[in-house]
Amino acid sequence: MTDPGGGRPRLAPGVRLHFDETRKAWVLLSPERVIEAEGPAPEVIRRIDGSRTIDAIIDELATLYTADRVEIAADVRALIAELQSKRLVLE
Amino acid sequence: MTTLHAPLGLLAELTHRCPLACPYCSNPLHLDPRSEELDTASWARVFAEAAAMGVLQVHLSGGEPGARRDLTEITAAAHKAGLYTNLITSGIGFDRGRLARLQAAGLDHVQLSIQDAIADSADRIAGYPGAHARKVALAREVAGLGLALTLNAVIHRANIARVGAIIETALGMGAGRVEVAHAQYYGWALANRGALMPTRAQVDAAMAEVERLRPACEGRLAIDLVVPDYYAQRPKPCVGGWGRRSLNVTPSGRVLPCHAAETIPGLEFWSVRDHPLAAIWARSPAFAAFRGTEWMREPCRSCAYREVDFGGCRCQALAIAGDAAAADPACALSPHHARMLALAEADAGEDAAPSYRYRDRAAVSAIPLR
Repeated sequence: MTDPGGGRPRLAPGVRLHFDETRKAWVLLSPERVIEAEGPAPEVIRRIDGSRTIDAIIDELATLYTADRVEIAADVRALIAELQSKRLVLE
Repeated sequence: MTTLHAPLGLLAELTHRCPLACPYCSNPLHLDPRSEELDTASWARVFAEAAAMGVLQVHLSGGEPGARRDLTEITAAAHKAGLYTNLITSGIGFDRGRLARLQAAGLDHVQLSIQDAIADSADRIAGYPGAHARKVALAREVAGLGLALTLNAVIHRANIARVGAIIETALGMGAGRVEVAHAQYYGWALANRGALMPTRAQVDAAMAEVERLRPACEGRLAIDLVVPDYYAQRPKPCVGGWGRRSLNVTPSGRVLPCHAAETIPGLEFWSVRDHPLAAIWARSPAFAAFRGTEWMREPCRSCAYREVDFGGCRCQALAIAGDAAAADPACALSPHHARMLALAEADAGEDAAPSYRYRDRAAVSAIPLR
């Protein structure tokens, strides 16, 4: 928690990203819950793999979308924090 | 016109056999016999059809799904179809080896029931000496294998004083999620309502205890609370709306909009033995009966919440109001609401060890250990 960019978040056990062919949408599957991963969320979630730091995820997204790193950083951190509070992401 | 949504979840009742005899069991009073259970290939076909029509999650349930010797093959078939697989189990009939084989077959998640936080009460509720200790041991194996674990506890008079201890048990087991589910009074629970119903004061204390523990669990343990209908002001959106999000396949292959739907007389259920799953979902009379809002009467028909709670539970409307198309009496707008509360208050008591009407357990010896 002292270094918010250095942690290596990972999906909690039993949580996985899945492309729903029927609805043509990315969804995050977990016990008793299906959450649609909208917009750039799937690109963030597929990088939450326990090997990348939050900083590395932000760097990759900034490159992918050729966007302002500060803006991307806020979005990525907000998404990860939301998923952590729902216990879908650990660390 | 009623919109046809694609379902998200399928509850696969693989068998009605179970070593436990919980007095709130969600199985019907008349159980499907083993001789009528769908075989492995039929379940594989059902899962493939379910995935093709948009189902994302399958809940392998029962009875005790572990009573099926082909559970690993069934799990593998669900995984192969692309479904998220959730095993809903009493924990009896599994060891580490069997769990590991299920994990290798693609199992995503285990939902384990406990009956109480203390063994003697838990075993009495389950009607099975030694069950609780075996569940605690199995939870350790689930965590040890790195499988995701949800702990489920149905709450009623005998265990409501230990809701906090149940949540602490879930934390101690390394569960990621706990369901604190107040008993739903259909089927066996309705037959045992007089022995299960807690008092309003007990319910209020238990709800407060859950809220007190919630902050400490933040980020460690998700707590899902199912509130007690009889003391509620608003009905639950039962199964997320009839024929809208989920479907249930019985051991013998009948397809139901919810697990208790067969308590409603006059509904025509189709079987996966006779029809493709997608046709059953779209056209079978039982699914059409209460889908959408066209079937509603007042006070539901003009209600602002009609597409939020869908009029609540049809089975409860039948059980209390005597009419499956009536508003769920859990709703304060129902003319039967006051009577429902009076039924709860008449049944409520503080006796922590009432006598139960247990379901048949003739199949205990049929549970394989590995």
